[in-house]
Amino acid sequence: MSNDSREALMVGRRSDGSVVRRPLSPHLQAYDMLQMSSLLSILHRASGVALTAGVLLLVWWLVALASGPAAFAAVQWFLGSFLGLLVLFGVTVAGWYHTLAGIRHLAWDAGYGFRIEQMYRSGRLVVIGTAVLTLLTWVLAIVAWVS
Amino acid sequence: MAEGVKRLQTPLGRVRGLGSARSGTHHWWMQRVTSIALVPLVVWFAAAAIGLAGAGYEASAAFVADPVNAVLLLLLVGVTLHHLAAGLQVVIEDYVRAEGVRLAAVWGVKAACLVLGLFAAVAILRIAV
Repeated sequence: MSNDSREALMVGRRSDGSVVRRPLSPHLQAYDMLQMSSLLSILHRASGVALTAGVLLLVWWLVALASGPAAFAAVQWFLGSFLGLLVLFGVTVAGWYHTLAGIRHLAWDAGYGFRIEQMYRSGRLVVIGTAVLTLLTWVLAIVAWVS
Repeated sequence: MAEGVKRLQTPLGRVRGLGSARSGTHHWWMQRVTSIALVPLVVWFAAAAIGLAGAGYEASAAFVADPVNAVLLLLLVGVTLHHLAAGLQVVIEDYVRAEGVRLAAVWGVKAACLVLGLFAAVAILRIAV
């Protein structure tokens, strides 16, 4: 154990007396991750972190566009490559999920949707909405690309 | 609150409502404000990105050069990076325990977001102005 005084709050005892180190917030190891409530919550955070990649891509695209045709050709080549398309698809999924789950969180912040059946219904809506919007985005983008 | 229970917090501290971190609910509140602002911006950006799929250099530059698109892009980048920095800060504060590493990571994220925002803003303005 370190000399950190907060250790006093982190160390507890089980009912049989054995010492246990309490999990750090938000207690990833203490939840059943197949439960919709905790799974969608951690996916909201994970998708937010993953969207960092999308932000980096957007900034790269803008700076390349401002730099000239050669730099822009490089970023377009990457975005059109297998890895680039995979990242773009991941950003689309993470983006729509984080947006829809974020709206769900805002509704909770305002005090709505806390009943358990409402919570499961809004959770299913977020998952279905993410799939529909991702599919719609890519179908429209491919139509725009070929036309 | 029960009668006779004494508060350790001074009346002035209670009225100010800033808590021990001296920032009150500002961080949490700004996360909500930026997330609400991002809902229409993200929908607009998705439509814009679909329209730009496969677009070449000229068409892409013409899109960014449009004043409305340039302003919306500046808003999107600024609000997104504020939201990203705030979100990553919370994640770091949740999982990184060592004080020095935590401080360095939070400052690093904020500095990186500021630099990325400046790069994006200069790029947008250079194309649009």
